[in-house]
Amino acid sequence: MTPAITVAGLTRRYGQEVALDDVSLEIEAGSICGLLGRNAAGKTTLLRILAGQEFPSAGSVRVLGAPPAENERVLRRMVFVREDQAYPDIKVGHALKAASWFYPNWDARLADALVDDLALPRKKAIKRLSRGLRSALGITIGLAARAEVTLFDEPYAGLDAVARQFFYDRLLADYAEHPRTILLSTHLIDEAATLFENVVVIDRGRVVLKATADGLRGLATTVSGPVLAVDEFTAGRPVWNRRCLGSQASVVTVGQLDEAARARARSLGLDLVPLTLQQLVVHAAGWPVASQGVNLEGASA
Amino acid sequence: MEPLPEMAGLDEGTPLFAQVAERLAAEIADGGLAEGERVPSTNELAAYYRINPATAAKGINLLADDGLLEKRRGIGMFVAAGARQRLLGHRREQFAERYVRPMLTEATRLGIDGAELTTLISRCGEEQRFSDSRGGVPA
Repeated sequence: MTPAITVAGLTRRYGQEVALDDVSLEIEAGSICGLLGRNAAGKTTLLRILAGQEFPSAGSVRVLGAPPAENERVLRRMVFVREDQAYPDIKVGHALKAASWFYPNWDARLADALVDDLALPRKKAIKRLSRGLRSALGITIGLAARAEVTLFDEPYAGLDAVARQFFYDRLLADYAEHPRTILLSTHLIDEAATLFENVVVIDRGRVVLKATADGLRGLATTVSGPVLAVDEFTAGRPVWNRRCLGSQASVVTVGQLDEAARARARSLGLDLVPLTLQQLVVHAAGWPVASQGVNLEGASA
Repeated sequence: MEPLPEMAGLDEGTPLFAQVAERLAAEIADGGLAEGERVPSTNELAAYYRINPATAAKGINLLADDGLLEKRRGIGMFVAAGARQRLLGHRREQFAERYVRPMLTEATRLGIDGAELTTLISRCGEEQRFSDSRGGVPA
């Protein structure tokens, strides 16, 4: 499939600081991709460059086949909603009107429905809105623009758990009807994990992991039980973490376990609990996978 | 840590497409989805489980590739003839591995020998027959 976004050798420096370090990446068209990583890992810088709001220090960026910076043909087909988005000094209704003129695929009915559901006051000045309502406006524009490339950068500042779930549900429902390329950066991985087809994990300006989300689920397993049995079972397997308490041990082992391995674990009296996507990402982000000699090939997208 | 979203019973620790396939297969085996009946669409499954539609599609395709579902163009996916019998046969094959072996492991740990185990099984069987015959729920 043709990638909607192609990034090659992308580097962005701010003085001495390297925000992005030789990033190469393709984002498949028509997929929802999670952009994950710790704070200050480089997620926002990458999204700003993709949105044409910042220039790379080195490397190339193509969105929908062309460089996005100062390219109106590309920019109209893409929407970027950022955390704490700044708006000009206008009313909510005016911002929606302006967005409807700018984005060719704008869906006014969807926008109206979201405005009602999120209780957005059309006549109020944006600068008088609460932080949560400003996020609600960003989400409304981001979804109703129905842009071929939709970039969300932690778009839920000030939104409570109920409103965030509403956002995830509406995003999925609209994507199901109108598939498009969606890149969502978040640190709330558990909440958003099921939305993703693919995930990209960035740490200290580098891509440390790119995989299908489902390929990562169950890729690592916590094996716990009596020390001797745990060590016998995990011998020869890649191990990420080993903790002991008295005669008990808990070890994180990498690699899918087949039915024979599971049966053996049961007969040794061991408990097997798969790591969630969030737990895996924590490992990948805090602890560069490559340097551990761990093979994540099976999960590669 | 923020709470997990409610996903109609799916868990985050195993591939979601496999869980979707398992759920559908269990429904077919239990007769909840009859042979010839339309199975929920990719988008219906995605909305119900709150998962990516591509993931839901992969789950459906897993069963279709296995011949348990069949596609009728323009209408959707339907439960194939003979699907229920095949699934029940598969479960039967797995019965020893999934239920008997773990029970034996625990019995060994507790020092319950073969004779005691046989007695226990017959007694539980009796109790279940008794409560079933009264239309009650086993205590």
